[in-house]
Amino acid sequence: MKSAVVVFPGTNRENDIARALELSSGHKPAMVWHGDSNLPKVDLIVVPGGFSYGDYLRCGAMAAHSPIMREVKARAEAGTPVLAVCNGFQIVAELGLVPGTLMRNAHLKFVCADVHLRVETGQSLFTSGYRAGQVIKVPVAHAEGNYFTDDDTLKRIEDGGQIAFRYSDADGDVSRGNPNGSRAAIAGVFNETKTVLGMMPHPENAIEARFGGTDGKGLFDGLVAALG
Amino acid sequence: MKARVHVTLKNGVLDPQGKAIGDALHRLGFPEVEEVRQGKFIELDLTDGDPATAKARLDEMCRKLLANTVIENYRVELLG
Repeated sequence: MKSAVVVFPGTNRENDIARALELSSGHKPAMVWHGDSNLPKVDLIVVPGGFSYGDYLRCGAMAAHSPIMREVKARAEAGTPVLAVCNGFQIVAELGLVPGTLMRNAHLKFVCADVHLRVETGQSLFTSGYRAGQVIKVPVAHAEGNYFTDDDTLKRIEDGGQIAFRYSDADGDVSRGNPNGSRAAIAGVFNETKTVLGMMPHPENAIEARFGGTDGKGLFDGLVAALG
Repeated sequence: MKARVHVTLKNGVLDPQGKAIGDALHRLGFPEVEEVRQGKFIELDLTDGDPATAKARLDEMCRKLLANTVIENYRVELLG
């Protein structure tokens, strides 16, 4: 699996996700600076976490309208899988690649903690390493992760199986453990074709037993299994 | 030509920052405050031209960047 990681001024999780991609695939991803016009042809594009453009205007808003993201959008629309984590999720949501948006956490505080996620489907490129209903533990670190979408869109994405992960407690109860006020406890959503995943939690920071567990590794192993 | 853009959260969208501001105002002795909604105010200097075209262009700026229409409304004022 060949991958590329898009890097903006203010991105800070690019090396974490690069390590996760390399551990699972055996290949170092190409790191693509936002000002480079050439995005290599890859099997997976990753938009990592951080604070692109200092979160000016709205989180992800400036990065979403940068030239490199126009290219990412075109590739995504042509079917190239895109994994967008944390600030990356905010960016692809701004870009309209996934439904909804991320607002300030309901309690107004930055939250940095391990959370439980209930996997909503194992039927996707990104979640094939898990089974539906499985509970995994991965960290979150954000101030704007409060997922919001209107009633019609919520119904559409629930009916369409576009919810990848929901926050839950250790037993998979999604009425508990929501760290930021997200609607319907949504932690990660797909586009309609399930080839783009946006998620607030950081699976790339739960890939090695010495550092916070290995529950996030299934996502990367699943991608390698699906994409070769 | 100057333009002013007001960006506000749509009705029904929870505004935790506005709520925190309201709570702080209550603590400061302003119990008459019932609800606070926080928004953004953006001022733009534009090259002079046809006002109707400018309005249309500003509308496009709002939809493309200045507002997130999933959660926000916007209002444009064009000053001579």
